[in-house]
Amino acid sequence: MALEPRPDPALPSGEPDEGFPAAPAGFEVEGRSPWYLAYGRLLRNRVALAFLGLFFLIVVFVLAAPLWSHDVAHTGPNATHTLEKLHVGGEVREVVTIEGKPIAPQWFEAGGKFFLGADGGLGRDEMVRLMYGGRTSLMIGFASALITTILATILGLMAGYFRGPTDAVVSRTNDVVWAFPVVLLGIALGTALAVGGLKIGPLELSGNSLWIPILIIGFVMVPYMFRPIRGEVLALREKEFVEAAVAQGAGPLRIMFGELLPNLWSTVIVFFTLNIANNMLLESGLSFLGAGVRAPSSSWGKMVSTGVESIYTSPLLAFAPGVMILLTVLALNVFGDGLRDALDPKSKIRLEARAGVVEPQGTAV
Amino acid sequence: MARFIARRLVGMVFVLLAVSVVVFLIFNVIPNSDPAQRLAGKNANPALVKSIEEEWGFDESLPVQYGETMKKIFTGELISYDERLNVADRVIEGIPTSFSLCIGAAIIWMFFGILLGYLSAVRAGGWLDRGLTVVAVAGISLPVFLLAAVFLYLFTFKLELFPSSGYVPLEEDPVQWTYHLILPWFTLAILNIGFYSRVLRSNMLDAMREDYVRTARAKGLSERRVLLKHVLRNSLIPIITLFGLDFGATIGGGAIITEVIFSLNGVGAYAAESITNLDLPPIMGVTMFGAFFVVLFNAVADVLYAYLDPRIRLGTSAQ
Repeated sequence: MALEPRPDPALPSGEPDEGFPAAPAGFEVEGRSPWYLAYGRLLRNRVALAFLGLFFLIVVFVLAAPLWSHDVAHTGPNATHTLEKLHVGGEVREVVTIEGKPIAPQWFEAGGKFFLGADGGLGRDEMVRLMYGGRTSLMIGFASALITTILATILGLMAGYFRGPTDAVVSRTNDVVWAFPVVLLGIALGTALAVGGLKIGPLELSGNSLWIPILIIGFVMVPYMFRPIRGEVLALREKEFVEAAVAQGAGPLRIMFGELLPNLWSTVIVFFTLNIANNMLLESGLSFLGAGVRAPSSSWGKMVSTGVESIYTSPLLAFAPGVMILLTVLALNVFGDGLRDALDPKSKIRLEARAGVVEPQGTAV
Repeated sequence: MARFIARRLVGMVFVLLAVSVVVFLIFNVIPNSDPAQRLAGKNANPALVKSIEEEWGFDESLPVQYGETMKKIFTGELISYDERLNVADRVIEGIPTSFSLCIGAAIIWMFFGILLGYLSAVRAGGWLDRGLTVVAVAGISLPVFLLAAVFLYLFTFKLELFPSSGYVPLEEDPVQWTYHLILPWFTLAILNIGFYSRVLRSNMLDAMREDYVRTARAKGLSERRVLLKHVLRNSLIPIITLFGLDFGATIGGGAIITEVIFSLNGVGAYAAESITNLDLPPIMGVTMFGAFFVVLFNAVADVLYAYLDPRIRLGTSAQ
């Protein structure tokens, strides 16, 4: 509906209109798909592209973790160097002093070793930890966003298409999850699962598996995407093309996934981007509190929580991972916002797609 | 109106009932371990484990256990595994701290949110408007603990302006109470200020295009009066609903990280403490406590919305 070629109000006046290019007489106007138009709009959004670039830089940064670890720092993320000394230009520096103070950032003085210093009493290389921690954070954000998006889309399609009892059951279940404070539900599930891991049939996860925070976060965030998707399906299913599909004898599955889903793609893609950002924030909060990632894994949120303990002596230990989270989430949020403007300029999903913002009055039972 | 409130209350009771079942299941079915074994210690003999099992009712069927657990929660007899302390006592002890933090932060974010939102709507496109857009986007992307860490470092360590931790009860010394809470208040509030001002701004810009605003201007009302009495008042309705939801979420768990960083011994900090020990009953108690406030303020927000906008309670949609 919003993707029909039409004059783009975002275009500055005077520029040839992309939706209806002024074709010279005698020439056929080449048809352009909605996706192509959206791509054009996105390319014109410099801010969104810049932040997408920033996000790619961060991804490259964390992907380079093994390279840095092997070839520059010559140590792993969990290797301790408590008793070691660094020889920097004839000077000897202890990685951890007798008083337990970790070495300050060395930048390139020690050939890249302890680039950002050591992370406290254990004397682990902060830079290596930052890169590996980022892998965990991004992985959890991405995987959990995938779970949230898939679950919310399928449930939204089912509830919106079938309505009636199916809708009642799915919507009420979502209301119950919605009624929980997100962080507390995450903590509750995180601690309950950490006690003995998860065991469902053949699937067995130990208490410190990364899949536990992924599943928890992916699940907890579903209602925030489910509601708007369901609303959109409810509106779409009344359209003529659904009626036409029914008349052709299409079954519910074909209508849901063959007819309705393609019309939802733009919403789903935008939500997916914003979900990664939101889920990463939740992960960092849970890990900060100790209910997310468990040892030996580390993530940016967890690194901040250890860093805060020595905030006055080595503030960088808390600031560096904290700023990394901020930059990643910011990049995804701004890009997601630009993506939404490009795909669906009239869309109601705001960047602040969080509790209650989309149809706040919909909570009534 | 009375019917609407009654319907909403019944709905609330059902949601809370469902919430309690889910909480019970999370803590009694998911943990892949034997609580009696944990209580008895690592090398306990089977007889001790058995007696604990009987004493705590772990050998009963799940529905019976559910009833027992709920009874314990509501009569305030829930006991933590770790030090066998009463959960309700500790939660009640933390309430003044948590409420002081949340209410203060809420006042700050509403005040600045409305003020800045109003100003940026009136001067849409100006530098304040642009600045607020950046602040709002940064605000929703900023992890609370980073902001808190920066505040701690800057204001308590570098500038030595504020204390880094501790809570002074309001009835003891209101000045010290304020002084100790200023940093936590702003930590919690700033993230919402940008967001609220953005929402109010877009509501106001929509309202300015409405016919009643043109009518008000045509009547010869002063611009100030048009903006305050007609535009702002109508634009505040969705903000109030949003506030109900956010305030419930803040009291019900949104303040945990702030409490932990500023060493405020509130309800949330209690839950955070229990995480390290994997002590389940306190987390169960606090989760119920938090869910109660979220559900309560959801209902309050709905009722307020219906009261302020008759279209809702009369059954016609708002748009």
